[in-house]
Amino acid sequence: MPFLPKDILDIDSLTPEQITYILDTAVGMKEISQRPVKKVPTLRGKTVILYFYEPSTRTRTSFDIAAKRLSADSISLTGGSSSAVKGETLYDTAKNLEAMHPDVLVLRHSSSGAPYIMAKAMRCPVVNAGDGTHAHPTQALLDMMSVRENKGRIEGLKIAIIGDILHSRVARSDCIGFTRLGARVTVCGPSTMIPKGIESLGVDVTTRMEEALTDADVVMMLRIQKERQSGFFFPSEREYAALYGLNARKLALAKPDAIVMHPGPINRGLEIAPDVADGNRSILLEQVTNGVAVRMAILFLLATGGKGSGGVQHADVD
Amino acid sequence: MRMWIENALVVNPGGSGGRLDVCIEEGHISRMVPHGSENPQDAVCRETSVRIDAEGLVLVPGIVDMHVHLREPGHEYKETIESGCRAAAAGGVSAICPMPNTRPVNDNAQVTSFVLQRAKEANGVEVYPVGAISKGLKGIELAEMADMQQAGIVAVTDDGRPVSNSLMMRRAMEYACSLGLLVISHCEDLDLAAGGCMNEGPVATRLGLSGIPNAAETVMVLRDIALAELTGARVHIAHVSTRESVQAIREAKARGVAITCETAPHYFTLSEDAVEAYDTHAKMNPPLRSRADVEAVRMGLSDRTIDVIATDHAPHSSVEKDVEFDKAAFGIIGLETLVPLSLKLVSDGVLGWNDLVEKWSIHPARLIGIDRGLREGAPATLTLIDPNREWVLDPSALQSKSRNTPFAFWNLCGKAVLTMVGGRTVFSERNLS
Repeated sequence: MPFLPKDILDIDSLTPEQITYILDTAVGMKEISQRPVKKVPTLRGKTVILYFYEPSTRTRTSFDIAAKRLSADSISLTGGSSSAVKGETLYDTAKNLEAMHPDVLVLRHSSSGAPYIMAKAMRCPVVNAGDGTHAHPTQALLDMMSVRENKGRIEGLKIAIIGDILHSRVARSDCIGFTRLGARVTVCGPSTMIPKGIESLGVDVTTRMEEALTDADVVMMLRIQKERQSGFFFPSEREYAALYGLNARKLALAKPDAIVMHPGPINRGLEIAPDVADGNRSILLEQVTNGVAVRMAILFLLATGGKGSGGVQHADVD
Repeated sequence: MRMWIENALVVNPGGSGGRLDVCIEEGHISRMVPHGSENPQDAVCRETSVRIDAEGLVLVPGIVDMHVHLREPGHEYKETIESGCRAAAAGGVSAICPMPNTRPVNDNAQVTSFVLQRAKEANGVEVYPVGAISKGLKGIELAEMADMQQAGIVAVTDDGRPVSNSLMMRRAMEYACSLGLLVISHCEDLDLAAGGCMNEGPVATRLGLSGIPNAAETVMVLRDIALAELTGARVHIAHVSTRESVQAIREAKARGVAITCETAPHYFTLSEDAVEAYDTHAKMNPPLRSRADVEAVRMGLSDRTIDVIATDHAPHSSVEKDVEFDKAAFGIIGLETLVPLSLKLVSDGVLGWNDLVEKWSIHPARLIGIDRGLREGAPATLTLIDPNREWVLDPSALQSKSRNTPFAFWNLCGKAVLTMVGGRTVFSERNLS
């Protein structure tokens, strides 16, 4: 079995085998959440710190539940309650948290690259729960898990990622993860929101939504932040929705069995029409469920030194 | 004390060069004669001097670094005038031009005088301050340039806080022109660059860092070329980093515009790839650019579009640098790596020794109106360089108070072994007694 690196900071540093290994482990973890008693003693006595420098409800809750279902003690620190507001540097925070002997540290931060500072300063594994506009590896993993679950594979699929690519760490991690597992990824959005040189990640680029959607197996919509309008990225929500919003008519261009995804939270009626978000092609809520499973897998693999054997799915977690 | 530098390879554009013996007396060069001269007078002089065997060494006119930040007054924990002078001397640099972005800003004669007073006390290399264009670098009112000139500034600039208002820049150029002052322009369109922390492109996209496009520099280079043509002022473009800027300046020079420019060693040595792994020591403004830009800068040096090599020595402490990349300060120190990084241009065939010395000494000296060049009767302001010395840059051994260099633990080749200012030895590796 391939061992994982000490930290999960991005998708770039994971091989296809390691990604598959995490996804396989997550499949076993998912079953735990379906039991009447949703808790196993696997990480009893382990401490997981959730340091959320930047606000987040969904990802923090997901990690928190994942830790608790494995019986780890999880502690949440948020930007407002942390010493960051008192002017402590990230390095000093890392050293102080380190002194409390956590077993895993999960970090969400507004600065790209911040988890690397944390990982360098700490002996325990660090999981990047989203940094700036750089990476969101656990989101990419849960996306890959959800696609694999629905399509039975990732290799050879056509995946369209549509919206604000420029400001999206999810888009970057998804581009890297899906292409690494052999999918063909097309990113699409207004030119103002396509970062320069994104082709270097091995993806196709288009500004025409129809082109991105045609024959797609997977349609991933990204959240558009309304405040971007003031940065000259698009003229109005109305025009954005007309050009890049997903509705049933546009979705018809994709394959008949195409699935619709979104990392959330969604803007109903802006990037995604309500009937599409709630429709039978949408797997938005499965993504959320799988998020817990993927995070359980990662906490388990890292807290046990990545030495979870093939028996993870059954023996070890019971 | 009379000093006899023996058998140095003298590189002295516009003057005598080759294998010479140079005699230094009372702060001046008293003799420059071919090595092995049989002249009995020379023999006597040699025998009665402190002799420095300079075989294998290169002697050049004192290097002038026309773009440094010394942080005094205001941020003495990063660098003082004294420590900056020591760093310069150790790097083989005999004169430095500190930028006005201190606290308070050097926008009046009192601050200029303070800087010069401190420099005098430091008794190290020569210090020629650069004054602000606008009061407080705010780009609203002109600073008292004539008063500062009286006090000793050699140029004006708002450097890192460039003048955005084109009318103000026009007036600044016109006013400086009437005083004969050089205008140094840090070319950056602040709107285009806003929020950026590295070069825009694939590396920034992969790292999720917001980018600064080449155009942020180039549009202002083009503006300032147009304003230089309009006003007739002497305009000098600071730290050129993009291929488009090099091309714009090349074309302006061909048209006869009175424009000059500089680049810094990091722009011809490193590309944006150095930012990989979020190394804040690779964060500077303008940012490290693509490999194509690095090539264009080297070409610009080679074809004489770029007149000057200056370091943009920008000391910062770990407080500003050991933080998240987007929060880190811009800038790196450069005085003590100038010589080896520039010499790489010679070994790579980009520049000949004469070209290099022009960009180190002759051109910047001319721009700020000081004398450089080795000849009998001239002040003995010179640098002796061992071009073959291989060494490893140990940041803890630097003279600068700051350690923010991307070249830590690099294997470098070439080092200053003696720096002399008006006959005073300000740095020496050897025991001269």
